[in-house]
Amino acid sequence: MEQIFFYIFSILAIISAVMVVSVRNAVHSAFYLIVCFLQVAAIFILLRAPFLAAVQVFVYVGAVMVLFLFAVMVLDIGKEQFKEHLHTQAIPAIVTVIALFATMGYLVSQGRITVPLGKFTEEALSKNTEVIGKSLFTQYIFPFEVVSLLLLIALVGAIVLVLKEKKGKQA
Amino acid sequence: MKNIFIPLITIIGILLSLTTVSAGLIWLERRLLALWQDRYGPNRVGPFGLFQVIADMIKIFAKEDWVPPFADRAVFILAPAIIMIAVLMSFAVIPFAPAIEVVNLDIGLLFFLAMSSLSIYSLALSGWASNSKYSLLGALRGAAQMLSYEVFMGLSLMGVVIVSGSFNMRAIVEAQRDTWFFIPQFPGFIIFFISGLAETHRLPFDLPEAENELVAGYHTEYSGIKFGMFFVGEYLGITLISALITTLFFGGWLGPVLPPVVWFLLKTLLFICVFILLRASLPRIRFDRLMSFGWKVILPLSLLNVAITGAIVLLWS
Repeated sequence: MEQIFFYIFSILAIISAVMVVSVRNAVHSAFYLIVCFLQVAAIFILLRAPFLAAVQVFVYVGAVMVLFLFAVMVLDIGKEQFKEHLHTQAIPAIVTVIALFATMGYLVSQGRITVPLGKFTEEALSKNTEVIGKSLFTQYIFPFEVVSLLLLIALVGAIVLVLKEKKGKQA
Repeated sequence: MKNIFIPLITIIGILLSLTTVSAGLIWLERRLLALWQDRYGPNRVGPFGLFQVIADMIKIFAKEDWVPPFADRAVFILAPAIIMIAVLMSFAVIPFAPAIEVVNLDIGLLFFLAMSSLSIYSLALSGWASNSKYSLLGALRGAAQMLSYEVFMGLSLMGVVIVSGSFNMRAIVEAQRDTWFFIPQFPGFIIFFISGLAETHRLPFDLPEAENELVAGYHTEYSGIKFGMFFVGEYLGITLISALITTLFFGGWLGPVLPPVVWFLLKTLLFICVFILLRASLPRIRFDRLMSFGWKVILPLSLLNVAITGAIVLLWS
């Protein structure tokens, strides 16, 4: 039962991910990316991580993709349609993808990233939020803080960029 | 497959009654607005004009389902469905009474936030797909407004989560046996109410569809049943926000004498009427004021609320 659902979600995720890069209309491609994220959220639930699933929908689908769509709509990329598909990034992209698949394949074949899943019980699900919260603020507090700092830098950067533009206009 | 029928009946019952109730709200709103503005309102069809809704629905269903030739067909058709799906999905986690609930999720509140964040797409995609300048302007306003106020909505609920110690809706209601949360979480309640108004884009925050500037905003090009979905979706949204205010701040189904469901429905109806009263009494505010009010007043206030609530809970325990 669980495996059937896993295959449904992952096949849909892969199809929509392929559509993201192959569709020629920017808004359609953003839409397929949303579908892909929703499938990933469903897979998180199968992995007994409902908290991550909800956050995936809330943050990626509900906020990040809205901003993507917003930018696409304002810039009106939808109409001109992309002519070039791969620009000059084709070779580095292919190399990276092959390296990623090689690493993942090696780790899976060595059995290093497979963790046995527990039973799909209510108890296992309800502990999830607590476990994530506790490990984030104890064991992984340092990486957590580093990530927050990075986000803060990105925020400040965005504001600085906007401010510069405004000054230029006034002068 | 043990007992698949009881959940199915609950789901179908809740879906049917919700769509009926929100269609009935259209009548209620028009009558109440008329009362407050010293008019008659719809009073011709049936007793008190109650069948006006049915007449309207027949009209909406029977109208030609037209897609403008300049629109992006697939997205244009999909957009109105998203708001209905997103809002109806949110109702899955709301406990109407101890025994009436679709699913008792442990991350109930997060589930609601996640689902309500999806309804932005309805506005954004419909405005874009309509391929008309008024729709696009409405959609851009709507996306910016809902995205911003969603942040405050999430933050305002964190106070409730801290006090009750759970994301589970049922646990939150049970935690209000002694005091309803609108007393210890009064700032949170006010912020949630304001962001609820902005999320459902009701007056005074109905800028995405401001009719004197944008024709009808994001749904200018829509007609027939697709427009009906936006329309009913809006009333479903009001019902959802009112039901959440009831659940999170006013003790949900808790109350003396009357059965729990009745208490829940009464409280929800009260807040729906407050929503309508606001529409009758307040003028629309300017869009830049709305945004600066959100980010400069509401955001600091809600952060302060979370910090103070957290500090008090930590000191007490």
